[in-house]
Amino acid sequence: MPKVTIDNITIDVEEGTTILNAARKIGGRIVPPAMCYYSKLKGSGGKCRTCLVKVAQSSAKDPRPMPKLVASCSTPVQDGMVVQNLTSPEVAEARKGIVEFLLLNHPLDCPVCDQAGECDLQDLSFGYGMEETATEDDRREFPVIDIGDKIKLHMNRCILCYRCVYVADQLTDKRLHGILYRGDVSEISTFIGNAVTNDFSGNMIDVCPVGALTDKTARFKSRVWFLKPMDAHRACGKCPGKVAIWMFGNEIYRVTGRKDQFGEVEEFICNECRFEKKEPGDWVIEGPRHIKRQSVISANHYEEMKKQSIIDPIAGEMNKQE
Amino acid sequence: MDGKILLANIDIPGIRGFDVYRTHGGYAAVEKALRHLSVQEVIAEVNRSGLRGRGGAGFPTGLKWSFLDRKTDKPRYLVCNADESEPGTFKDRYLMHHLPHLLIEGLIISSYALGVNTCYIYIRGEFKYMVGILENAIREARQHGFLGERILGTDFSLEIYVHPGAGAYICGEETALLESLEGKRGNPRIKPPFPAFKGLYGCPTVVNNVETLATVGPIISMGGEAYSKIGRGKSTGTKLISACGNINKPGVYEIEMGLPVEDFIYSPGYCGGISGNKYLKAVIPGGSSVPILPADLILNTARGEKRLMTYESLADGDFETGTMLGSGGFIVYDEDACIVRNTWNLTRFYHHESCGQCSPCREGTGWMEKILYRIEHGQGKMSDIDLLVRVAKNIEGHTICPLGDAAAWPVASAIRHFRKEFEDHVLHPAEVLSKERSLLKVF
Ligand SMILES: Cc1cc2nc3c(=O)[nH]c(=O)nc-3n(C[C@H](O)[C@H](O)[C@H](O)COP(=O)(O)O)c2cc1C
Ligand code: SF4
Ligand code: SF4
Ligand code: FES
Repeated sequence: MPKVTIDNITIDVEEGTTILNAARKIGGRIVPPAMCYYSKLKGSGGKCRTCLVKVAQSSAKDPRPMPKLVASCSTPVQDGMVVQNLTSPEVAEARKGIVEFLLLNHPLDCPVCDQAGECDLQDLSFGYGMEETATEDDRREFPVIDIGDKIKLHMNRCILCYRCVYVADQLTDKRLHGILYRGDVSEISTFIGNAVTNDFSGNMIDVCPVGALTDKTARFKSRVWFLKPMDAHRACGKCPGKVAIWMFGNEIYRVTGRKDQFGEVEEFICNECRFEKKEPGDWVIEGPRHIKRQSVISANHYEEMKKQSIIDPIAGEMNKQE
Repeated sequence: MDGKILLANIDIPGIRGFDVYRTHGGYAAVEKALRHLSVQEVIAEVNRSGLRGRGGAGFPTGLKWSFLDRKTDKPRYLVCNADESEPGTFKDRYLMHHLPHLLIEGLIISSYALGVNTCYIYIRGEFKYMVGILENAIREARQHGFLGERILGTDFSLEIYVHPGAGAYICGEETALLESLEGKRGNPRIKPPFPAFKGLYGCPTVVNNVETLATVGPIISMGGEAYSKIGRGKSTGTKLISACGNINKPGVYEIEMGLPVEDFIYSPGYCGGISGNKYLKAVIPGGSSVPILPADLILNTARGEKRLMTYESLADGDFETGTMLGSGGFIVYDEDACIVRNTWNLTRFYHHESCGQCSPCREGTGWMEKILYRIEHGQGKMSDIDLLVRVAKNIEGHTICPLGDAAAWPVASAIRHFRKEFEDHVLHPAEVLSKERSLLKVF
């Protein structure tokens, strides 16, 4: 088994494991942020570049550093590899630049965005971004459209991570959803005039790291931090039926997959569970859900909150902290 | 000029057709390779020749071929990259247009060496008129037994197909090209895996440039050893240079590597000097993606040596004071050329051509264009110049494919060497804008 060292912590992993997954195995602060990779979606990753890390030593056999920063989500480890994430000032600088690029055309309409409070881009900016913006230019604008009768697309907010495209490719039987055009005018869209109606299309909402795809049955009902997330399940013929329900008093405002500490759902759920089962009686409620991820706005609500990943690029420091 | 290898016969009337081509020694290299040389011997000749990729990166061709996975029982493919869309580069077009059989010959020999039975020419969508020329050459070669089943009675068979792209610069990047060839959106792939293992349809694939492959025939004819004696050091052989801009004789020239840049610009056999008797201001020597150099640095290196047309000499001084040979798109600017305006124009190109897959390139190319637009139109601030440098730096090396670098380098190098011009645009816009400031329409 290859041995890899990330920010001074060494771990053995399976052959073919990516740097990102090795870091996730270690856990904690040293895990690079990932805005496009999604372990359950084949082929995802490599696009957002937030997970860039420095490979200070390629392998035991070849101790040279890699010439460029690499995307940790799509670079497999080699035995004896030494990786720097938080311990590299170069990575910190590059990541700051990436966050700036991702925000360049992002509308920053968080005050009216349903994703606020559980948005990966908010977390990322808080953790790694700059305090002010250097752009004075107009942001690109798209009309808000419906993708089917249950999903709303705010293309302005999209960071083109392609996750929803992989959902359409891999979870639904006939793809009706993809990318149109190229460059900074590319947009997510459905095949002309078609709705995405497949039973699993709703998972696009859960995989979307920002508020570009939102649940029309829950839009504008409440800020997420006023809701109480509960683990619940039901016997469902289509999916495992294990979900998180988001309650306000005794009412279910929305149903989502259960997200883990890396913001990924544990299991994909079907549209019936997501959109149609909104009565408490529909569900066996297991109890309050602990939201492990630490979010900016979760400071007021979720249990554990620590300003994550403040860059302290001093080699050696990580050992003390972890 | 004597010493021409690729273009030696280009002026012979009718050389585009099979018969004339054949009477001037055409297809002798194919006969030699298939009849008298083993696969290993062909590869050894190419290795010995020191041939390096002519598509831009200058990677040794023999070494690239040696990576091809020959262990699987999947088919192997050779793809000829004829997407030539880099502003300032128009040498492959010239070669294919006049000497289509030279390319076909190279494809046959290379396919033989690589154990390939299906070869694709992926050609730039705008070169539609060339599809007919190539297909005609393919048909002629087949009629004469150089393509199809059991070529020349050997047990080697080959089919060549021409596939036009739909007009995207990014489809020249080899993995985007493969996606496009498979009928998908032309997004570059994330590497690894490399095409040598998983290329076209998941099979081992070699992608080479038109000029690279066209050179394989002459190498077999003259022998790798003889080829390697031409040129200088590790830059062996000849190179096609497409020269454009403010020169007296724009066009495609075959030069022996090692020719001093100064001779190339000023001698009557090549560019013939700067047009209108003006002064040379700057050169982009390897296609729009490589760094621009001011006159003094393109003629002589920072160490005071004569700058030569070789991979090594042009790169001397790294990016501080050097540049790259790239694809050989030689763009010359005279004293009236406005560096700011021309750089802005180049950013328009990269912004338009970014596939949009990765965030630094998708967002950064558009941002650079906007900032340069401001500066060029007299609305810039001094801080914009440093902002440009920072944005370019944040793109460079952080993207999936080299288009990001290609977009960042022209901007970074223009500011590195011509910062004063940018500052003048900001400080004295009225004065600057009232002057004659020419723009080269390189795309
Ligand atoms: C954005 C981009 C565009 C490219 N366009 C071309 C092209 O038009 N023709 C070409 O031969 N190579 C092009 N390349 C280089 C190819 O990716 C590849 O390196 C080349 O075809 C390899 O051939 P060679 O080894 O014979 O040079 C391009 C690369 C990039 C990043
Ligand atoms: S809509 Fe969301 S999931 Fe789809 S590409 Fe955009 S950001 Fe990613
Ligand atoms: S660098 Fe640009 S062209 Fe290349 S993959 Fe990224 S967005 Fe696409
Ligand atoms: S998570 Fe690795 S590039 Fe997006």
